[in-house]
This record gives sequence, C-alpha cells and structure tokens, in this order.
Amino acid sequence: MTEEPDTGVARPDDDDFIVQMRHVDKHFGPVHVLNDVNLTLRRGEVLVVIGPSGSGKSTLCRTINRLEPIDSGEIWVDGQPVPAEGKQLAMLRAEVGMVFQSFNLFAHKTILDNVTLGPTVVRKEPKAQAEAEALSLLDRVGIKNQAGKLPAQLSGGQQQRAAIARALAMHPKLMLFDEPTSALDPEMINEVLDVMVDLAQSGMTMIVVTHEMGFARRVADRVIFMSDGCLLEEGSPEQFFNNPQTERAKDFLAKILQH
Amino acid sequence: MSYLSGFLDVLAQYPVLHAFWVNITLTFWSGLLALVLGTLAVAMRISPISSLRGAATLYVNVLRDVPLTIVMVMMYLVVWTSLGVQVSNDLNTNFYWLAVIGLGLYHSSFVAEGLRSGVNTVPLGQAEAARAIGLTFMQSARLIVLPQAFRGAISPLGNTLIALIKNSTVASAAAVATESSGLMASMIEFHSSYNYLIFFTFAIGFVIIVIPVGLLMTALSRRLAVKR
Repeated sequence: MTEEPDTGVARPDDDDFIVQMRHVDKHFGPVHVLNDVNLTLRRGEVLVVIGPSGSGKSTLCRTINRLEPIDSGEIWVDGQPVPAEGKQLAMLRAEVGMVFQSFNLFAHKTILDNVTLGPTVVRKEPKAQAEAEALSLLDRVGIKNQAGKLPAQLSGGQQQRAAIARALAMHPKLMLFDEPTSALDPEMINEVLDVMVDLAQSGMTMIVVTHEMGFARRVADRVIFMSDGCLLEEGSPEQFFNNPQTERAKDFLAKILQH
Repeated sequence: MSYLSGFLDVLAQYPVLHAFWVNITLTFWSGLLALVLGTLAVAMRISPISSLRGAATLYVNVLRDVPLTIVMVMMYLVVWTSLGVQVSNDLNTNFYWLAVIGLGLYHSSFVAEGLRSGVNTVPLGQAEAARAIGLTFMQSARLIVLPQAFRGAISPLGNTLIALIKNSTVASAAAVATESSGLMASMIEFHSSYNYLIFFTFAIGFVIIVIPVGLLMTALSRRLAVKR
C-alpha cells in the first residue's frame, strides 16, 4: 500500500474497519463531487455526514454500495474492495442496508412483501420464516398493523419506517441513511428518528446523511462536515458543534442554528 | 327473391364466422409471440450491457419501420419459397404458422415500445432500491421494474392488440386463404351485386370484435395502475 495520509487510515483489510475510503474522486461532468475523500468507519460506529446541498454527502453515501461508481481511489467494505459489478456486487449490497430520501418502497407490493422480498429472493429464506421475521421487524418500527397495505396507503413517516424494516430484514452489517427525513412532513420526522436512535443504541453501524442536528448531537459517535466535495472537518459532535475549525463550517452552522 | 334475402343466401354459402375465428386465433398466437419477444427486447434495452441494448434497438427499429405487408409477403416468398422453411407438411397449416410468426415479429416491436413507455413510468428509485437489497439486474427487472412497467403500459399494449386484430387480415398476403379479408375479396368477386353489403358485414364484424377489447383495456388500465 502507499504511504499513509494524515487521516490515520489503516490497512484496508484491517478487521476493525467496516468501511475504508482512500483517495476517492468522482466527477459529475465538470463538478468535482468527491475530491480526494479519505474516510474510515469502525464497526458499531455511528457517523453523521453534514454539509450544504451539493456538497457531495449523498454521493459519498451512495458510493459505498456502488449505486454511484467512482472515478478513482478505492473503497473497502468489510475487508473487501467493493466489486465493480455482477454477482459479487449484488452480494455486497445485500449486506449493506440503504434507506433513501424518497423511501422507494416497491409500489406494487404490500408492506409485508416489500420486507420479505430480499430475504426470500436473495437470502433464499423460506417464506414462512421471512414473514415471521418481517412482522417482528414491522412491529419493532411500529407499523405491524400496516403490513397488508400498499406503500401509497401509508404516510411518509410510516413508509420510511417500512423502508428501514426492509433494509434490516437483510441482516445488514452496515446501514446507509441518505437524508432519511428530508422528504417528510415535520410531524413525521421524529417517528423515523426514534427508530434510528433505537437502531444506533442496539449497536448497528450507521452512516447517516442528515440535516437533523439534534440527532447528530445525540447519537453520532463522529461527525464529518463536507463542502464542495471535500471532507473539511471530522470530530466528535461536541467538538464539531461547539468548536468548528473551518470558516465554511462556522458559516454553515451559523445559518442553520440561527432559528 | 328480394335483394336482402338473396344476400343472406350468399352469406350462408360461405364460412364467414369461421373466417373471423381464423383472425381471432391468428391474433391470439401472434399476440402471445409478440408479447414474449417484445418483453425480451425491452429487457435487453434496459440492461446494463451495451451490446444487448444495441441489438434490441436495432431489432425494434427494423421491425417497426418495415411495412407489415412486406413482412408478410417475405414470410411467404422468402422464408418459405426461397429458404424452404417449413413448419408443417400441410400447406395451409404451414402458411398459417408462418403468418403467425410474421405478425408476431412485426408486433413485438410495438409491444417493446409500449413496454418501454411503461418502464419510463417506473421511478429510478424503484430499481435503485431493488439493487440496494442485493437483487441482480434480472431479478430486479423480473420482480420490480417489468411488473410495474406492464401495469403502466396497458393502454399502449391495448392499442397494439387492437392493431394486431385488424392487421391479422394481412395474413392473406402470406397465403392464409381462410381468414376474413381473403374471404371477403372472393365473395365480392363472385357476388359483385352485393359488394356494399358484403363489405359492411366484414367491417362491422371487426368493430364488434374490437369494441369489447377496447373497453376491457380501459378498465384494466384503471384497475391495474400502480398507485404512487
């Protein structure tokens, strides 16, 4: 391996780390959306990614299960470089849960079928076992009584909780949350955050892209701040919120914490 | 003998209902073939492999752009006469199935285009969520994208079916002698005094077949629409 940069990145196959990104670059046309990003995540850690719109934080999240391919650099997940395509990539994705801003529940399937699809098709679990587990997961996120409905019949908050249950049904090693509450009405944000807090407290490894600063302060082990594709700051929530180092972060926090 | 009863006598001498039935079975088999080939073509067109996408695009564009009459005459003159492809030893059965293949190939391009418009009704997030839980491209197409695409494409698929019912009369160009337009032509030839009535009989026959199909498709497209 090349010489270690000052981000303290260890060997990529170091078992303590579930995610390692090394010198990751990505462009969308002329926009340098990820600029030499180096990042590591330990097992059990909750990382919150903060930054203004267009800073690259969603893209960062989406590169980890390769919904966005990268131009250069390397990403390791659970001791393996992320495969470029094919069966290996599908297998990696099966172990990395993802929750989207727009929920993306399968619109033609019931909530229960949304949750059992992955376990029965990808993990080849028997249907009865998958359904029993799905119901207990739906119970855990508080929408067991909605199991037979179609996604369009649920509120946004309920849909997002179903999407979390769908991801958990795959027994992921890592959960990615890409602005999970940004599309929700204000009164539904907390019901989703509550589920995420429970999940964090149960020891789940999580990367959360969010604008919910209260959640970040309360739950994050570590916060990173991104701007213009660069990872500008990294630290504990106290460090970051009470004593931001860069002008860009101070400016951002001043704007969002003002009201 | 009055003009009308003379016409009814002529009508009774010919297998008119059977002729319509031939068009209906032609439609059924070629529709089935078109559905299978069209689905395959659209799956190739949305696949991540660029050579498959290119092949499917070429297939759809060629078959869509060649006139149906030319496809059907080719089935007869090229596929059978020149290449000697024979699907049955019985000549009439042979021409029937060659016509089914020609109609199926031609309409598969319209099925593919209709389904592609259905695919465009499926938000990108559906396929992303499918990939994110570890489904392969084929699993995602089969379980998530295409089922929603079919339900979003009922109207264009219905239009293709209606076109196919009427286009099945072009089978006469591929030597299927028993279907209705061929029968109409020979009836008019031998009973030209009744030419208007014979023509209206066949025209109205097709309207009667097509109206319920149109109503059914409208009802289905409402009922099956994916709620988002």
